[in-house]
Amino acid sequence: MKELWDLFVAFFIPGIVGYGGGPASIPLVEHEVVKNYGFMTTNEFGEVLALANALPGPIATKMAGYIGFEVAGTLGSIVALFATIVPSLLAMILLLGLLTKYKDSPKVKRITTYVRPIIAVLMGFLTFQFFDTSVESAGWIQTIFLVIVSLLLLEKYRVHPAWVVAGSLVYGAVFLS
Amino acid sequence: MDLTLQKNIFISFFRTGMLGFGGGPSTIPLVHKEVVETYKWMTDEEFGDVLAIGNTLPGPIMTKMAGYIGYRVGGVLGLINALAAAVFPTVLIMISLIGVLIAYRDSPIVQGMTQAIAPVVGVMLFVLAYSFIKKSKEALGWKIAILLGAISLVTYVWLNWHPAILIGALIIYSLVGKHKQTS
Repeated sequence: MKELWDLFVAFFIPGIVGYGGGPASIPLVEHEVVKNYGFMTTNEFGEVLALANALPGPIATKMAGYIGFEVAGTLGSIVALFATIVPSLLAMILLLGLLTKYKDSPKVKRITTYVRPIIAVLMGFLTFQFFDTSVESAGWIQTIFLVIVSLLLLEKYRVHPAWVVAGSLVYGAVFLS
Repeated sequence: MDLTLQKNIFISFFRTGMLGFGGGPSTIPLVHKEVVETYKWMTDEEFGDVLAIGNTLPGPIMTKMAGYIGYRVGGVLGLINALAAAVFPTVLIMISLIGVLIAYRDSPIVQGMTQAIAPVVGVMLFVLAYSFIKKSKEALGWKIAILLGAISLVTYVWLNWHPAILIGALIIYSLVGKHKQTS
């Protein structure tokens, strides 16, 4: 029971402060599931994120559905998904009249604008953590090599993320095992 | 109950869920295509309103869109239907794929895979972070963007505050603070 409540809180908080859609909630979810509740390690969270990025569909629900499942089975998955989806959806349906009135208000638009740099810093910090764990486990040379190659493939040659993730899995299976 | 309508709701959100890569926000054009062009449930303008209203609230945008549009087109059943179609297929694929990885966690091959994936995830997050930084600079200018970034770095990394505290404070500041137009 305690686990389910923790899961609810862990996904409810990113859901209500994560302005900027699902991807903005990535560092907020990491903060809850890795740092606050210790459901998983940074490395495990990285695996979840890698697969979530390689697969289609919204990011936030893939993270919630999977992490909930790993922590507390099917019920955990449902609780985490519920906490991610329902509060903001319910608010949208119930407060439609009010929100319609304010949808063009510069004050409301400002929220996303002001929250964005914070999310950027949290993501940047998470990026740093991934590079850090990677240097610890795979070493400097492999890390730098993988960073440069994947950055080139993703940004310069616009290779689909799913292929880059698949390619790195094959590389790891062959050269790092 | 209109079965054809429910079937169409399911198909449209299943398609957007399975074809949209890069998370919810990059899927919005696909939702637009289904809802406005293919099934004509809404006009362009109505869709724009729904998107704008969704953006006034926090949380994932894709589920807000699916749930709300499903509700408006097909009632409570439509809401559940659209959400299920958008969310469950990809969650199930996630769970089964990671299940395979975890089952073989001790094998050196899976450990090698795990090592190789961390820097790639780092790069993907870096790209995402960079796009947030670029948008921040466009909307706020360097000075304010860096100031806000520095404040969050200090409170999050050194003072160990929960990020929700700073974000909550900024939400309140955005709504009640007096300042000149920013965007």
